[in-house]
Amino acid sequence: MIRLLSLSLALGLSLTGAARAAIEIEEVTSPGGIEAWLVEDHSIPFTALEIRFMGGTSLDEAGSLGAVNLMTGLIEEGAADMDARAFQAAREDLGASFSFDVGPDTLRVSARMLSENRDEAVDLLRDALVEPRFDDIALERVRGQVQAGLRQDAQNPRRIGNRAFYEMAFEGHPYGRPDKGTDESVAALTREDIVAAHRRALVRDRVYVGAVGDITPDELGALIDELLGDLPESEAALPGHVDFGLEGGTTVIDFPTPQSVALFGQPGIERHDDDFFAAYILNHILGGGGFESRLMQEVREKRGLTYGVGTSLVPLENAEFWVGSVASSNASMAQAIEVIRDEWTRIAEGGVTEKELEDAKTFLTGEYPLRFDGNGPIAEILVGMQLTGLPESYVTERNAMVEAVTLEEINRVAAELVEPEKLHFVVVGQPEGLSEGAPRVVAPEVLLPEVTLAE
Amino acid sequence: MLRRPAIAAAASFALAAPAAAQDDAVTSYTLDNGLEIVVIEDHRAPVVTHMLWYRVGSADEPVGASGVAHFLEHLLFKATDDLEAGEFSATVAANGGSDNAFTSTDYTAYFQRVAADRLGLMMEMEADRMNDLALTDEDIETERQVIVEERNQRVESNPGALAREQMAAAQYINHPYGRPVIGWMHEIEGLGREEVRDFYETFYSPNDAVLVVAGDVMPEEVLALAEEHYGPIPAEPDLPERVRPQEPPQRAERRLTYADPRVSQPYLVRSYLAPERDPGAQEEAAALTYLAEILGGSSFTSVLAEALVFEQDIALYAGAGYDGKSLDDTTFNLSVAPKPGTDLAAAEEAMDAVIAEFVEAGPTEEQMQRVRARLNASEIYARDSVEGLARRYGAALTQSLTVEDVQAWPDILRAVTAEEVQAAARALFDPDQSVTLNVIPEREEETE
Repeated sequence: MIRLLSLSLALGLSLTGAARAAIEIEEVTSPGGIEAWLVEDHSIPFTALEIRFMGGTSLDEAGSLGAVNLMTGLIEEGAADMDARAFQAAREDLGASFSFDVGPDTLRVSARMLSENRDEAVDLLRDALVEPRFDDIALERVRGQVQAGLRQDAQNPRRIGNRAFYEMAFEGHPYGRPDKGTDESVAALTREDIVAAHRRALVRDRVYVGAVGDITPDELGALIDELLGDLPESEAALPGHVDFGLEGGTTVIDFPTPQSVALFGQPGIERHDDDFFAAYILNHILGGGGFESRLMQEVREKRGLTYGVGTSLVPLENAEFWVGSVASSNASMAQAIEVIRDEWTRIAEGGVTEKELEDAKTFLTGEYPLRFDGNGPIAEILVGMQLTGLPESYVTERNAMVEAVTLEEINRVAAELVEPEKLHFVVVGQPEGLSEGAPRVVAPEVLLPEVTLAE
Repeated sequence: MLRRPAIAAAASFALAAPAAAQDDAVTSYTLDNGLEIVVIEDHRAPVVTHMLWYRVGSADEPVGASGVAHFLEHLLFKATDDLEAGEFSATVAANGGSDNAFTSTDYTAYFQRVAADRLGLMMEMEADRMNDLALTDEDIETERQVIVEERNQRVESNPGALAREQMAAAQYINHPYGRPVIGWMHEIEGLGREEVRDFYETFYSPNDAVLVVAGDVMPEEVLALAEEHYGPIPAEPDLPERVRPQEPPQRAERRLTYADPRVSQPYLVRSYLAPERDPGAQEEAAALTYLAEILGGSSFTSVLAEALVFEQDIALYAGAGYDGKSLDDTTFNLSVAPKPGTDLAAAEEAMDAVIAEFVEAGPTEEQMQRVRARLNASEIYARDSVEGLARRYGAALTQSLTVEDVQAWPDILRAVTAEEVQAAARALFDPDQSVTLNVIPEREEETE
């Protein structure tokens, strides 16, 4: 049975008054009871499918760090009666594209399938998700690739900074662990660990699906059951919430490089907080909005201290923080940090101006419809909204939520949320003039994934 | 080189071209002042991408002024006679759009993505900065520091990028493709108003530019707007003919070793000088595209991966790459990252043996068919991104190809035979036209 909940969504372009772009999100429930969101568009003969399993590397057990990551790398390395090469040859001959990736919150599956052979492509992807082989020979090969990646990360200042930042901010929580594992933990993983990780991470009751393209609701319902219907229900518990644990200050990680890299952050705000949109606009003005942001103006445009500086509000599933990054020569990093700290204080104390607020609203509301520009991007938006717990109607209401933020509100939020004394910088490099008082630590050997700098 | 630190897409591998069904959606014009115009219609969303491409890139720079094309790209966002520094991007943002620019060896391009009814405003501002840039000393001084930091970020902090720079310099004995697009650090530091202004005044003119507009627009409306905004700008009468120093016969194999303690995984890259897609003559480039796909296009089924990663089990990775989109001779690359326990010399020997065997036997029909299936599929997926199509036309037209060449490319690809791939391989793998680069953490003598 397929339940259809249709919503015609006109994506208004704020300044133009034109509201011609319309997407129609249909909520499809498969005969087997799995939900998906669909936007039908038959203009190009293919379907983009985005699938997310909640849990990700947070589901690693303490004794098998890196198991979920290694398992994810093995999904495309043989399934059912096909070894790795036979599986990939079959996929290539269909012109289908599958990719598998995992982060701290979710395991991601992205697929593009041609209409002319969609059923065969779905069968193949189903085998990978439900019946992966985890052959010993593939396990050893991918283990070697993961270990090579870990060694590379250990020489990358950005990765080193991210690792240290997460480790210090989320000690004792899965977010604080190296989510690809360590050289030692990956070396020790067994096939049983991989099978167990697969059992924990790919479960039908924690799945979110977005589909866009040349497919009808009935066809999608059948597709989902074929693809995901044989997966088991979840057993492993998800981790709980964790507070951002970094105190204000500066940490320097000594690393020989001509240009230092800094990651900086402070506590953030929950996605469902009433003040989220005020904070979101505030971030745009401070450091989120390209060239017009205060940080880009002060650090790059006026002083030439960097090629790029930016900030983002990160709402992970179990933690909220405000993060930024900047890269600057060892000689100028101290000055860049001073300018950033000054801007943090200025916006906390003085708030933003009416013009800054209006400019930010104009950009944010105008830019939003531009994101819906293709089957692949729209499928990602659909699945992202479901993960965040947003209704379909968010697509039409979102710009009004941005518009509704008042100057009084955003400046109250600036005073409450922006905390210069809590801002912590993790600097990787050999910055001049930063050593006094800043704890210097040795670079950790393994690393966490990049912090996501996106809405 | 991007002006803004966006997440840059990987260098595009020129596999796909628009399907025949898309040809109807492409319209082209030329204004009296020489400006070429390509319009690509896609009415799925009320959005337009406006791109202005100049037929000038780092390979057109005067000797000693490497990086000036990219430097100028940054400065185009500064003051003009009508706009203050930063006002261009601020205005795009105030209209809910985003903008950026990029520089390559053969072109410099500026683009905005914005609601379709803002197209006229974009053209007005883009036309303004084609001729009326102020180029103040203050803007130049600050921006030079930004570019130094950009080079630090992209190149000096990246051992792989440093190694590639050395490799290109060794591959091109005479052609300016041997210089990095961002420029050598010491030459960036020496660039000033005079170099930038000369470059701007010579090359930024309508007869040296291609306008690509893609999205929810009608061709006649684009033409009318272009005539209004770009039409009044006079052609540059002294535009130099675009002739770069060409390669002499290459007569010696070159071998390099780049050592950097930041390298954790040793690897080797081999590059060969290779022909590019030429107007009306894209067949050999099409055969080389197949060759790269068959040798290294898939981590699982390509010849190098099967032999070195799966059967001999001596490599973590083995690949091949070729992009035929280039104004002058380009390169074909092979690369191998050996597993711990296998040294680079052994990996190279194994790679060469695989290549020799393949050249002798030629591709199988199964291999040819698999590449054809991938190319056909990627063409369909490419239609999902109108911005990608816009880039395809802009790049081709600034690299001497025509709209007809772009549209003929899929059929030329489909027609490639196994014999043509074998012949192209035979012509390509000449050691005297090659560079072999080893990238390692430290030199052996230093470890002993």
